[in-house]
Amino acid sequence: MKQDICLAVRRFISENFLFRDDGEAITHDASLLDAGIIDSTGVLELVSFLETTFGIAVQDEEMLPENLDSIRAISNYVSRKLESSKAQLVV
Amino acid sequence: MRVESFLLESARRFPDKTALVAGPERLSYAELARRAGAFAGRLRELGLSRGERVVVFLHNSPETIVAVFGTLLAGGVFSVVNPGTKADKLAYILNHCAAQVLVTEPRLAGLAQTARERAPALAAMLVAPFEYNQAPPKENPGIDLDLAMIVYTSGSTGFPKGVMMTHANIVAAATSITTYLESSADDIVLSVLPLAFDYGLYQALMCAKVGATLILEKSFTYPAVVLEKLKSERATGFPLVPTLAAMLLQMKHLQPGMFPDLRYITNTAAALPKAHIHRLRALFPGAKLYSMYGLTECKRCTYLPPEQLDVRPESVGIAIPGTEAYVVDDQGERVPPGAVGELVIRGAHVMKGYWADEEATARALKPGLYPWEKVLYTGDLFRTDEAGFLYFVSRKDDIIKTRGEKVSPKEVENVIYELAGVREVAVIGVPDPILGQAIKAIVAADEGVREGDVIRHCAARLEEFMVPKHVEFRGQLPKSENGKIARKELIAA
Repeated sequence: MKQDICLAVRRFISENFLFRDDGEAITHDASLLDAGIIDSTGVLELVSFLETTFGIAVQDEEMLPENLDSIRAISNYVSRKLESSKAQLVV
Repeated sequence: MRVESFLLESARRFPDKTALVAGPERLSYAELARRAGAFAGRLRELGLSRGERVVVFLHNSPETIVAVFGTLLAGGVFSVVNPGTKADKLAYILNHCAAQVLVTEPRLAGLAQTARERAPALAAMLVAPFEYNQAPPKENPGIDLDLAMIVYTSGSTGFPKGVMMTHANIVAAATSITTYLESSADDIVLSVLPLAFDYGLYQALMCAKVGATLILEKSFTYPAVVLEKLKSERATGFPLVPTLAAMLLQMKHLQPGMFPDLRYITNTAAALPKAHIHRLRALFPGAKLYSMYGLTECKRCTYLPPEQLDVRPESVGIAIPGTEAYVVDDQGERVPPGAVGELVIRGAHVMKGYWADEEATARALKPGLYPWEKVLYTGDLFRTDEAGFLYFVSRKDDIIKTRGEKVSPKEVENVIYELAGVREVAVIGVPDPILGQAIKAIVAADEGVREGDVIRHCAARLEEFMVPKHVEFRGQLPKSENGKIARKELIAA
């Protein structure tokens, strides 16, 4: 599951932000902000992609570098969100 | 008065006061001044002489501010260049102003090196972090008639123009602005604006002038983090542009009264939509909201006194203190209220011209009231109401405003024309709720050229804000009678 999320996120980033040739070069842990890949409007596009693709709702207070600043952080965050919504459904 | 005395004077008056907070770093005025002095010493060691140019190519950081004041202390002229600038344009700027020194950081050093190789006159490149162990220069750095900075701004020809500002120009602008904002040493200003943008740079200069504290953020990418800082640092001033305001207002958890220390919010670069004005005032009930208008060529033209916001929400106000702003017809004669004409600015804040571009200078600066003075023709169409308040009507040229930045369509078109298979292109601005205007490229190209190709090509050569958000393909572009691409028709469509 996490791998699928990683792949989808990576594809989105390559297609939308990584206009350079180093699409594959970005590591899972690289800071998207420091690498100049995502800026303040980019993060909004990323959030709306996550919301529509994975059916999650990103809260304002969750828009933090801990959750969104690397491919690994994003996929961890999304899988946490998906698990907690699954848990809610079971209850 | 020279600009570096802002820092030296505050370091004398408030040596232990916090001048700058940037990430985990907190610098006192004494320490900031010491670093700037040492940096100046280093520049002198490298052979920088009075009036020579130092290009500062850094993200927002303490080093950027140290490099700015350090250059002035060494008698040099600084130019802060947007860190999103690509190698071609950086090389153009380095050569254009014949820079002696390029100041950068490890993240940008590769790109800077590429540009350096194309700038033979450049004597040295300094990469942050710096050692601050040199003694400050002993020589007097100069007088206030000296050139202090060059700000590169989009020109309608597609090549950036270098706005020249003397120390006296900057001191005049900073004095006027801090007067109407009622700035004081008690202020704590939080800025997410790039220091390469004069609006961002002046936050640092004006804080130093009044002895206030600057909270310098790298960006507004994570609004929640920035707003937490706004609260925890008890910021009193928060400069915005419409795009930042729109992002702020998208946040759902904000409650009125969350920022009781905030004394004022400023907005410039483009007008705030009326709905955003209302919502900002509801969210920040204790803060005065200043709508302002300006251009790099004089830093700031007008401001709307906050108490006028309800009366004239769409006005950009009146000339800033100590200056004049008036509307003229094609003959340069002042027009009556209601009539549309070009806005002219008169005051000690008006630039001295564009670096090495006499033609563009002659178009912008024209004879004024006295034989020795020049006034600034802004290229913006305005009108006034009966009480003399000013209203922006439109620009005279094609410049697009996106995310608070000026973009020359020509600059983007020139880049797209370099892409193989492109026959015709026109770049226009289309309305966008967050960006103000989004950049759209309308392209006639051979089969096989796709949207992604155009965007990728642009992103490799242009700053992020200049890269088209939309690309539309057409068989051919509409033309005027003389065969030129009919841009107006495309904009109207």
